[in-house]
Amino acid sequence: MSFTHHSHPDAAKDFVQNTERMKWHDEALWFVRAKRDRIAHTVPDWEELRNQASAIKQHTLSNLDVYLQQFEEQAIAHGVQVHWAADAREHNEIVLKLLNQVGAKKIVKSKSMLTEECHLNPWLEQHGIEVVDTDLGERIVQLRKEPPSHIVLPAIHIKKEEVGELFHEFLGTEEGASDPQYLTNAAREHLRQKFLAADAAITGVNFAIAETGGFVVCTNEGNADLGAHLAKMHIACMGIEKVIPKTADLGVFLRLLARSATGQAITTYSSHFLKPAQGTEMHIVIVDNGRTTQLGREAFRNSLKCIRCGACMNTCPVYRRSGGHSYHNAVAGPIGAILAPNIDMKEYADLPFASTLCGSCSDVCPVKIDIHNQLYQWRQELTREGYAPAGKKMAMKMMGNVLASPKKYSFSGKLARKLLKWFPKLSVNGRLNPWGRQRDLPDVPEQSFREWYQQQSSQKQSR
Amino acid sequence: MSRQQILDAIRKNKPELVAAPVPFQYLSMGEDLAPAFVAALEKVGGVVVILKERSDIAATVQEHYQEMTRIADFVNHPRNSNQALLHDAASIEVAVLEGQLGVAENGAIWMQESDCISRALPFITQHLVLVLDKKKLVASMHGAYAQIDTTKEGFGVFIAGPSKTADIEQSLVIGAHGAKSLLVLLIG
Ligand code: SF4
Repeated sequence: MSFTHHSHPDAAKDFVQNTERMKWHDEALWFVRAKRDRIAHTVPDWEELRNQASAIKQHTLSNLDVYLQQFEEQAIAHGVQVHWAADAREHNEIVLKLLNQVGAKKIVKSKSMLTEECHLNPWLEQHGIEVVDTDLGERIVQLRKEPPSHIVLPAIHIKKEEVGELFHEFLGTEEGASDPQYLTNAAREHLRQKFLAADAAITGVNFAIAETGGFVVCTNEGNADLGAHLAKMHIACMGIEKVIPKTADLGVFLRLLARSATGQAITTYSSHFLKPAQGTEMHIVIVDNGRTTQLGREAFRNSLKCIRCGACMNTCPVYRRSGGHSYHNAVAGPIGAILAPNIDMKEYADLPFASTLCGSCSDVCPVKIDIHNQLYQWRQELTREGYAPAGKKMAMKMMGNVLASPKKYSFSGKLARKLLKWFPKLSVNGRLNPWGRQRDLPDVPEQSFREWYQQQSSQKQSR
Repeated sequence: MSRQQILDAIRKNKPELVAAPVPFQYLSMGEDLAPAFVAALEKVGGVVVILKERSDIAATVQEHYQEMTRIADFVNHPRNSNQALLHDAASIEVAVLEGQLGVAENGAIWMQESDCISRALPFITQHLVLVLDKKKLVASMHGAYAQIDTTKEGFGVFIAGPSKTADIEQSLVIGAHGAKSLLVLLIG
């Protein structure tokens, strides 16, 4: 379940080639974005909520060590065992050790982008442990041996006919069946057996509350709860940035999360875990894996405010048309493109360039991360560090040179309009721009905006 | 060891302390919250019936789930009379439980562990009935957190509607892993 491509344009190639599928994907995500807009407009204090959420996160990041310790202390006082992992490997080792301690062989897991980031599943499987992803979308991609393509909608890139074929093969549903209701029901029956037989459950964490030591997990399906409540052991994995100061802060975040994510007022289940049930164990693994480094990067620190709602992906014109897998990282889309280079600048140098910098992501982000700004800053940083993709580097140098001088700019515009008319494939489909291989530019206007404007105003004057 | 290492790295890298914002000043929604609550629940696939008297609960449940026999009603019956059903919780068809508080803006109902009887019950039952006193409605999540005490018990949950998924081509399907239907009986 790993990524085979290492550059966004290459990875997006297949996706973009299939125009019909690309259009379908684009529209499916735009539908979710539109739902988000509709519900946001019904909340009169929406902008105040976003400001508040952003301010709470800002404050938390500036006091993160204190809040994490407070959270730990409270959690331990409630009978929960707390573990700390510096990186993905340590996280995986801790989880494996805990499972081995009780001889757990069958695990059910609800959605957790952190465990994706750490590649927990293959690690556990290598050690003879069966891990079943129980979120329907995640189960679909797991059976297809693929990573999720979206943090909230893991199977958004897959058509119902394909799910039908998959379930026919693995769950014995009727051949050719593609009705979502029927397929969901089959998955329900299949996964109920898994829930009832599980030795341990792994969940993510949406919010960890320093004041109480409790944590909140949000799902629509009820899979986190069925897993956690039926098994003898519950392991919850969280990044250090998941902590918030107070229970009252949940009022702000829960009002924003589902509305931003899918356009619902709240998820069906918002579960508040505080103490293990009688006769069971509850563990929390707190993971760094590069987050403290990001905290130290002033320009990118704000990305740690992210509550993983996925709104920036749904709205992103590049994500919608290239699909989540083209980002070759657990978290795709605009926010993924900020988080990934922090972990490995070389491997993910292409991602901050996979954006039009249109700013739509920043407009929808519920915690007001200046996403497009950070993407722009990553480009500069990566270019400085010598990691920028080759074609981009040359183009940017030239562009910088041209944009710095109004004369050159206006001349180069004229030249470009001529050139594009004569050689329309030159800029978009040329070898230097892998994005354009499957695309054509619209027809070139005769005039530049500036020329048009001058003409308009002189016409006005003469009137 | 990693604990110290992580905390040290945070101390080294965190920005200067920024004050916490003042608590969120939320808007009120007016007096009668029931219509908003009902509308929010219906939007997420819940069914709401308003009852004058609590004595109507059992009959209303029967009427709604006519075909079902394995009904664990914890509102009208003491816990121990349902013990046999609880033993095989996966076979329970309908669970009837009492909610603590309802949120008008989103239709969510707050339940703590003791309200759930067992933590898994509201999730494993095929169908869920929640009884809620009309007087226990609040306007928003802010009002909810001002009233509930999340540290009183080991587990608590906001439930808003039946379980659902849209993971197959964004088509909404009611009944994912949790309850396939939610009936809310609003009393008063
Ligand atoms: S960056 Fe903002 S919009 Fe994107 S997933 Fe995170 S919180 Fe949501």
